Amino acid sequence: MVTLEEIKKSFLASIWFMFLTFPIMVIRVNTVQNEIEWRWKNMILIGIASFILSFFWRNLFRQKIKKGKQKDPSENTEKISIFQKVLKEKKYYYPGTVALCFFVTGFPLLFSLYQINIMITALIYVMLGLGLNIVVGLAGLLDLGYVAFYAVGAYSYALLHYHFGIGFWTALPLGGLLSALFGILLGYPVLRLRGDYLAIVTLGFGEIIRLILENWNEFSFGPSGIANIPRPGFFGIKMSLEGHTIYLYYLMILLVLFTIFVVNRLQNSRIGRAWIALREDEIACQAMGIDKAKTKLTAFALGATWAGMGGVIFAAKTTFINPASFTIWESIIILCIVVLGGMGSILGVISGAMILILLPEYLRAFSEYRMLIFGVVLVVMMIFRPGGIIPDIRRAYKYKGKETH
Amino acid sequence: MKPILDVKNLTMKFGGLTALDNLDLDVREGEIVALIGPNGAGKTTFFNCITGIYNPTGGDILVRGSGKESIRINGLKPNKVTQKGLARTFQNIRLFPNMTVLENVMIGRHCRTNSGILGAIFRGQSTVREEQQVVEDSYAILEKINLSQFVDELAMNLPYGAQRRLEIARAMATNPFLLLLDEPAAGMNPQETAELDELIVWIRDTEKISILLIEHDMKLVMSLSDRIFVMDYGKKIAQGTPDEIKCNPIVIKAYLGEEMDA
Repeated sequence: MVTLEEIKKSFLASIWFMFLTFPIMVIRVNTVQNEIEWRWKNMILIGIASFILSFFWRNLFRQKIKKGKQKDPSENTEKISIFQKVLKEKKYYYPGTVALCFFVTGFPLLFSLYQINIMITALIYVMLGLGLNIVVGLAGLLDLGYVAFYAVGAYSYALLHYHFGIGFWTALPLGGLLSALFGILLGYPVLRLRGDYLAIVTLGFGEIIRLILENWNEFSFGPSGIANIPRPGFFGIKMSLEGHTIYLYYLMILLVLFTIFVVNRLQNSRIGRAWIALREDEIACQAMGIDKAKTKLTAFALGATWAGMGGVIFAAKTTFINPASFTIWESIIILCIVVLGGMGSILGVISGAMILILLPEYLRAFSEYRMLIFGVVLVVMMIFRPGGIIPDIRRAYKYKGKETH
Repeated sequence: MKPILDVKNLTMKFGGLTALDNLDLDVREGEIVALIGPNGAGKTTFFNCITGIYNPTGGDILVRGSGKESIRINGLKPNKVTQKGLARTFQNIRLFPNMTVLENVMIGRHCRTNSGILGAIFRGQSTVREEQQVVEDSYAILEKINLSQFVDELAMNLPYGAQRRLEIARAMATNPFLLLLDEPAAGMNPQETAELDELIVWIRDTEKISILLIEHDMKLVMSLSDRIFVMDYGKKIAQGTPDEIKCNPIVIKAYLGEEMDA
């Protein structure tokens, strides 16, 4: 249904956009001939484009509102995505899992080395996302400096190997532990902070770590980084580059499965409940006998552990690290993975990581517009699916009744 | 009988403002004690001092669980106070809105259980047993408070009266010997208030939990309480049985107004 009112609104929007983009799209100063070019054609194009876009946009909104109204009286099932409905059906669940298993194991045989490498990166981000999910999604502590723990992990492997010749398998748990320690170090002073304040402090913490790595040459070799970090070994067998990559891929799959297992168990435990309660209401949480300090610190430490392990793997994968890999941008990407995928939802975080890491790789053709697409996707997602791609559905505790024991 | 909660000379100052001024109050075992006073008299501040949310400027707060030595709890963290056996509800409901009713009560069991990170990851027998016990205990409390029909509902979707009762259920899950209720009847209709009246008496008689409550509903206060403390401007102005308070001229002047019809 197209009303005059709608057309008028879209028309106004297009005029507004023409006005906004006028200085950059229409006027061009030709410095060679010292004259001004007026590119009116651009303005017309923008006008038409924004008119059409705004029209569709409004239409989408109308449908969203209509849908919301229809669903209101019925029960609150609207949060369940189609994907989850499919998962619930046993009929689809088992074949789906089997197919996924085959795909995952067969992946290195089917695809090129380049694709496997991208996949490994994506899997590292799945791990990071799952770790940050503990801090942000479950405990509700907005951490913008998560990359610092990633850096701690990577540098602990690089430096431990450089100075003491420690191998990958020893460094993996050590990197996790060191990161957990840093998590507690960061967590301790920020125990009282919440929301925006916490976000700013963690942001600062992330930058501090990066700046230390960049400037403390004697310790971290500064911007030139550390090279020749060994790839993970497999009982001392010598492997080709391809062999190494495929090995790392399977290793990553196992580690991600391990992460999922642990995070899932933590989520559905006494501690996981305490985290969620902390997110919901801090004061009530304390008044109900939960130690706020301890709960927050465990969240920080356990979240950081995965970042540390991710960092060790990253160092082993690239064999070279320098502070440029640990900028604030990484933190934001990881946060986007969690938010876009669905806070608190393990499946959501996995799909978020896959989309945000794999899509830009495959859409290299549009790489100039990457940030633009990224921004648009985020805005659209937050409007139409604020809970993320696959929103969190927690396991419901079931009362089994007295007759069962 | 020795009091289970004994507050002596409690003083709380916020900068130049004295919110509580040398307040004395005591609750004995099996009693329902009401704390009343006009708005801004410092009743909720008093609760916050006792439960550790504020650290009082001066005075002593002594608690004595059944048959134990009395302990001074000034300045303890809220979770420690809860562990000692004092549980509270809030004036403005503070449930965990996105958790189910059962989970809300399960949070109350947190301080009485102790499985840790490793227990959660390996999910050994003792952890599984403890979790199952928590679910069962919580469900049992919900049944007692008459909320079991909402068990899997999100707390935020509950009707108002049920939310108030859920807060009480959650507090009871921490195994307290003293329950501190901050305006439990606020915003309730007469029917719900009557149910609450029954519930509080039942908690005292069956669950053997003493109760200290702040309330503005005079009818409820007069019918429930064994003793009443009256506060105004941070000071205690009267204490006694409901009948004594009803006739106390200072109370009438400060709080109930010149006409008394409660």
